[in-house]
Amino acid sequence: MEKKKNLTTIISENRFIHTIFCVILGFLVGAIFLVVMGLDVGAAYGRLLKSLSNIKNISYVIVYSIPYIVTGLSVAFSFKTGVFNIGAEGQFVVGSMAAAVVGILFGHLPKIVLIPLCFMAAMCAGALWGIIVGVLKTKWGINEVLSMIMFNWIAFYLSNFIAGIPAIHSDGSAEATKNIADNARTLLSEDLIKEWGLCNTANWGIIVAIIATVLIWFIIDKTTLGYRLKAVGANKFAAEYGGINVNGSILTALAISGALAGLAGSLQLMGMGNRISVFSSQEGFGFAGIVVALMGCSNPFGVLAAGVFYGWLTYGGSKLNLEQVPTQLINVIVGTVVFFIAISVIFKYLGNIKKSSKGKKGE
Amino acid sequence: MKKILALALALCMIFALCTVSAFADDKIKIGMVTDVGGVNDKSFNQGSWEGLQALDPEVFEVNYLESKTDADYQTNINTFIDEEYDLIICVGYMLANATLEAAEANPDQKFAIVDDATCAELPNVACLLFAQEQASYLVGLVAGSVTESNTVGYIQGMVSDSMNQFGVGYIYGVQEVCPDATILQYNANSFTDIAGGATAAKDMITKGADVIYHAAGGTGNGAMNACDEEGIWGIGVDKDQAVELGLDCIITSAMKRVDIAVQDISKAVAAGEFEAGVHLGNLENGGVDIAPTRDQIPADVLEYVETAKAKVIAGEIVVPTTAEECPTFTLAE
Repeated sequence: MEKKKNLTTIISENRFIHTIFCVILGFLVGAIFLVVMGLDVGAAYGRLLKSLSNIKNISYVIVYSIPYIVTGLSVAFSFKTGVFNIGAEGQFVVGSMAAAVVGILFGHLPKIVLIPLCFMAAMCAGALWGIIVGVLKTKWGINEVLSMIMFNWIAFYLSNFIAGIPAIHSDGSAEATKNIADNARTLLSEDLIKEWGLCNTANWGIIVAIIATVLIWFIIDKTTLGYRLKAVGANKFAAEYGGINVNGSILTALAISGALAGLAGSLQLMGMGNRISVFSSQEGFGFAGIVVALMGCSNPFGVLAAGVFYGWLTYGGSKLNLEQVPTQLINVIVGTVVFFIAISVIFKYLGNIKKSSKGKKGE
Repeated sequence: MKKILALALALCMIFALCTVSAFADDKIKIGMVTDVGGVNDKSFNQGSWEGLQALDPEVFEVNYLESKTDADYQTNINTFIDEEYDLIICVGYMLANATLEAAEANPDQKFAIVDDATCAELPNVACLLFAQEQASYLVGLVAGSVTESNTVGYIQGMVSDSMNQFGVGYIYGVQEVCPDATILQYNANSFTDIAGGATAAKDMITKGADVIYHAAGGTGNGAMNACDEEGIWGIGVDKDQAVELGLDCIITSAMKRVDIAVQDISKAVAAGEFEAGVHLGNLENGGVDIAPTRDQIPADVLEYVETAKAKVIAGEIVVPTTAEECPTFTLAE
């Protein structure tokens, strides 16, 4: 009995260990599904591990994780500040489209100018998408979750509309934009890719993602702005009583969150995508951001780790079919992890029982 | 703490069980990369995969990778290259860029791409094209013959040169047998919008349409459901959708035998007779056809369709393929 209580206490008190525990549970539940379906657990998880086996695969994992890290940061930042940014999907889309438009129309500019310009355009577009929702919320009290879900679709169709404009649309038969200029791409040089044996979409977007992580951590934990936003998130009435401009804080939080999601869109485009296709369904980078933020406990560095984890599962999971295992296994694993993180209350409750019973013994 | 260790160890053991399965090297390995529609799209991805599955498992080892986003195409193609597959089949014109890049970078790797001719000049890519306007023409004849309101509908998933061929062929067929027909046309701009397809179909039905043809994947499946509810005729596409969707309202379908095309190219690779360049599936070689489900078509209409088919094969009828040749087709702009 004593040991069991110890375990629950440890798990409930340390968020990192708690998350690891949930991840393990996720894999176990995934394994149960595989066994029930009569599939080879070893082959499936072996394939996932194999996608971490050499430098080329690892570079793929990192490349895949970049957009997830940054959309995760976007959502995590919104969690910290008391709004729920379910609109990261739409902000991601407008961000990547803004970067694509700049990357196509201003392709003649040198790399050193064009790349920051693309990032700026993407962040402005994402921030704008966040601010519109913020204004609706603060001016008229419209619930941000509702308007964001609608704005996701507005972004979706806006992107499809822009992709159809002749100046942007591909010259070939593909239903997509033109490829962005080589000067707008964040790829590593070909020599470096060959020399190190990296994947051919290896790009330095990960550095931007890490910088963004540190920056967001700094803003949240080390600045008065972060303190203000957190205060509003914790209790907006108390914050208002304390003299904080609540509406202004909500707008700032949504703008920063939107800018991050927009940045994620440009990173994905300039690193991997190279063009934006006419969507037939939502690509889900923004929604994945919610999952990543939850797995990362809304802590910027946690999000960084969770983003890489999600990137690994996405990349490794894409190969599961080679082992005759359905790729939906990944959804089972991720779903279970999020589920157990979401019900962490139970662990806390068990921990509390333990504490109180110990207290009684002490008496 | 011990419990955590135990759990961690248990997990390690699961991983330790992992064995890299040894492949039998003498089999011909065929890999297929889907577009974002996924392998169960009830359309060309599924058709290709079923074609591959029907290959002799003693000779072929077949596998597919699904693409979730536009950026996944390259990754998936590269996975197959790394796994040393003999032939990589890319399904859909959306993969044209990715295929071109990969084929140029890996001149020894054999590729096939469905529905695109961008890579026709490369020595290692077979382009599997279909004369979809021919099959659409035949179902157009059916639609024009069975309509009583002289109003037929057409739903397209996206506007592009290759998609437009469906509409152009269909309209050509309808107008041949029913010159004054009103042809309602709708571009859904989506292959997955089931609800949108149903709405579009119901809108057409309100305007008097009593036969609707679609070339719109999942969107069109929604339209077919609406036809079933409203009790009018629907015409399926790509596969024999009366069977596929289990709807009696589907009078027939314009079939595109992607399955046969991928089988042929796979067998060619096995026999060492792989040929790059354009492979066109048409009525003559059975690459496209009107579906076997046709028992609800009146006998005289069916006879007319068979005659028209023979004429197309003989070259007496040339079905137009582009929007320019068909002024009635309004979706192009």
